[in-house]
Amino acid sequence: MLQLFLKNGLVAKTTMTKEKREIIIFLIFTLAVLITPFFLRGSYFLNVLVFIGINTMLAVALNLLLGYAGQISLGHAAFFGLGAYVSGVLTTRFGLDPWLALVIAAAVSGVLAFIIGFPILKLKGHYLAMATLGFGIIMFIIFNETVAVTGGPSGLSGIPNIQISSLIFDNDWSNYYLIWTITLLVMLLSINLSQSRIGRALRAIADSEVAARVMGVNARLLKVQIFTVSAVISAMAGSLYAHTMTFISPASFGFNFSIELVTMVIIGGLGSIYGSFLGAAILTILPEFLRILQDFDIIVYGLMLIIMTMYLPGGLISGLEQIAGFIGSKIKSRGGSHA
Amino acid sequence: MDNSPQLFQYVLSGLSNGAIYALIGFGFAIIYNATGIINFAQGEFVMLGGMLTLFFLVFLSFPLIPAIVLAILISTVIGIAFERLAIRPLKNATPLSMVIITIGASILIRGIAMLIWGKDTHAVPAFSGNDPLYIAGATILPQHIWIFAITLLIIAANKIFFNYSIVGKAMRACAYNSQAASLVGINVKTMVLLSFVISSAIGSMAGIIIAPLTMTSFDVGIMLGLKGFCAVIIGGMSSGLGTIMGGLLLGLLESLGAGYISASYKDAIAFIILLLILFVRPEGLFKQKETERV
Amino acid sequence: MLRLDGITKIFGGLTALEAVSLEVKKGSITGVIGPNGAGKTTLFNIVTGLYTQTSGEVYLAEKNISRLATESLAALGLVRTFQNVELFGQMTVLENVMVGLHTKSRSGVISCAFKLPRQIKEEKYIKEKALNWLEFTGLTAEAGNTANNLPFGKGRLLEIARTMAAEPQLILMDEPAAGLNDMETAQMAGLIYKIWESGITVVLVEHNMDLVMDICDSIIVLNLGKKLAEGTPREIQENPAVIAAYLGEG
Ligand SMILES: Nc1ncnc2c1ncn2[C@@H]1O[C@H](COP(=O)(O)OP(=O)(O)OP(=O)(O)O)[C@@H](O)[C@H]1O
Ligand SMILES: [Mg+2]
Repeated sequence: MLQLFLKNGLVAKTTMTKEKREIIIFLIFTLAVLITPFFLRGSYFLNVLVFIGINTMLAVALNLLLGYAGQISLGHAAFFGLGAYVSGVLTTRFGLDPWLALVIAAAVSGVLAFIIGFPILKLKGHYLAMATLGFGIIMFIIFNETVAVTGGPSGLSGIPNIQISSLIFDNDWSNYYLIWTITLLVMLLSINLSQSRIGRALRAIADSEVAARVMGVNARLLKVQIFTVSAVISAMAGSLYAHTMTFISPASFGFNFSIELVTMVIIGGLGSIYGSFLGAAILTILPEFLRILQDFDIIVYGLMLIIMTMYLPGGLISGLEQIAGFIGSKIKSRGGSHA
Repeated sequence: MDNSPQLFQYVLSGLSNGAIYALIGFGFAIIYNATGIINFAQGEFVMLGGMLTLFFLVFLSFPLIPAIVLAILISTVIGIAFERLAIRPLKNATPLSMVIITIGASILIRGIAMLIWGKDTHAVPAFSGNDPLYIAGATILPQHIWIFAITLLIIAANKIFFNYSIVGKAMRACAYNSQAASLVGINVKTMVLLSFVISSAIGSMAGIIIAPLTMTSFDVGIMLGLKGFCAVIIGGMSSGLGTIMGGLLLGLLESLGAGYISASYKDAIAFIILLLILFVRPEGLFKQKETERV
Repeated sequence: MLRLDGITKIFGGLTALEAVSLEVKKGSITGVIGPNGAGKTTLFNIVTGLYTQTSGEVYLAEKNISRLATESLAALGLVRTFQNVELFGQMTVLENVMVGLHTKSRSGVISCAFKLPRQIKEEKYIKEKALNWLEFTGLTAEAGNTANNLPFGKGRLLEIARTMAAEPQLILMDEPAAGLNDMETAQMAGLIYKIWESGITVVLVEHNMDLVMDICDSIIVLNLGKKLAEGTPREIQENPAVIAAYLGEG
């Protein structure tokens, strides 16, 4: 599926404008997403794909911050968790409609991000990493310790499924299409954003914040804005996660998951939306394979982080592009010699 | 009811934890000053110290001293390997790539420790028994005394090394201006390696002396590392008095907070302090603000 | 156009600038010269809000900009280049210049994410303008290249193209000819002249005396953080204090 859309993209490169190419790649990707379930047997794979969708949203959200604006967050699982808990608590304890709960969850997360964004994003590099890490751990402690609200370490169960009139999203098929519709939307909007003046300003901040500011980019505000956007998307993913799983517990939103998210973004490719999908897919599937070698995954993540940063800083997507580009040029040169 | 003995216990355990945080903070500062890197794997060396000691002492029944020496040696070798394999080969290192590489190393080390020693939490025997000493109506464990004594020793050795030895002075020169240092013939790469050696040794030592009090497991490194970082931030990234004060302050606040406010939020206290310091005075409590060069 | 009033900057114990007052006339090319460490770059950093002065005021066309944030200055018509070329290295040459048009466009996060019609129009405008500025600086052929891969001399040109895209009234250039060969320096001089001709006021920090004497109509000399002299190129060349400062340094 992936190879197909990459190759198509590359063949298109020579003849089409950049925007057209983007649209076509996205359409092919969407089509692949829509038809994939028909080729799968059994609910196991569909379930994995649902998780890939949720993780893709999260990775895209983090990528906007990390890959575009160049600002690290080692506490993004907190926003995911916040979304899940706000949604879970509002629906189980106050009987709110899941959709409404999702909106509130996203809003709460966004407001929190906006408020802490100003002091946090004033920090740079290592200090920012530590501060976001600290924030993530504080939130994790709150999820664990406010037992009366969150149910504490033993979790919160009985979260209702999302519902549209009589259609209840309580099986793998409907969940798949629900999650992926929203994931595709998040991807599309993020691609748009990344190719706009805002996306350029973010990348400018990553490359030289001082020069960006001299050119009139309000770096401080823009960083906080993208942090907020990222938190909102993460919380939406959290809310969707809560309503599809119907059970949540703090263990899913800890430091390890924050690191996993960073790993997805790095492995897939900083500053590439499809890369985030790739990273999310790999990190969702890998533990399934490694299940035989239980707990091996953490070692593999560590190695991948080091090796990727050292030898393939553009992530797998750039590796794939290079390979596809190589094949593409081979095909073209052969075509040329025939003509 | 007289609760001064209780207060004394809180202060004592706060100070002994604080001493550990300060030592871990030193590890951060030494590498940071030599390379500009915050080593996110610092906590793992603390974990290694405790786990390796446990391994030799309990699993292999070595005597205490050889067990400790071996633990420090192996941690240091891992520190060296880390520098040689992951830090040195990296070209055009950005803060972001350094954060990610050191995080990668940290979860790698943690993962391997988990594979080898499992997920259980282990008690490590105290160096000289658990019979409390009674001093002026208060109880002190011998291990507390060990912690304070060894911490003082390391602080003193650190001070002497950096202020009086040629190598120590060369390292400080590198920290101040590595280009100028290399012009006067100091081998900067060696100094960077040395900083990893010293800080992994100090880190593992910290892990060794605290383990009998707190128990140890493959994942103690995250929290200890972060608290050490908190100490060194309060101390303005110095490997001196500021960080010692930072560590003790953090240890005390944490222990008193856990005792009088809420034990379950003990860890949160440390991180709230960390965030407050980073927000309000990222240059540390004891340092002057500088104009960042553009 | 630009007026500095008693600017002092102290770093810890070091006084980098001491009570420097000066005025840049609208439509002029003003040179700021002085030995290494004289405080020239510090002066630019203060004017552009990157450093806060210890004391003193900065006025841009009678508006006090002393306390304005760096990012608000481009919209007021004040931009600068950097001594150590600050490009957006991972972005293409064209995108670098498009960032220069940031203040010439409005679309926010929402309209960019949803590609609202106004944003599409704006994007087209940005691209068109950016291409014009590439042509102005002779970089059209490099449009699609990554900025980091540009040869040094072209990097300097790109920085100027980017600042021009903001359509400024006043450009501060920090050693635009440093590191350029003779031919590139001549081209740079031509470009600066062309910019000045289009009605933009230029302040130039430069060590290349031929260039400064050639194109500046007024020169300010800094030495050890103090203003040593000011005047026409001719006056400066004959000023004994200036000669002493430069000889003393060599
Ligand atoms: N952020 C800072 N912190 C401390 N000292 C600084 C800082 N920025 C500049 N200085 C010092 O201020 C003095 C003036 O520096 P500045 O860069 O302004 O000189 P300059 O005239 O631009 O020199 P050059 O011709 O070499 O570019 C120097 O002694 C420099 O070391
Ligand atoms: Mg200068």
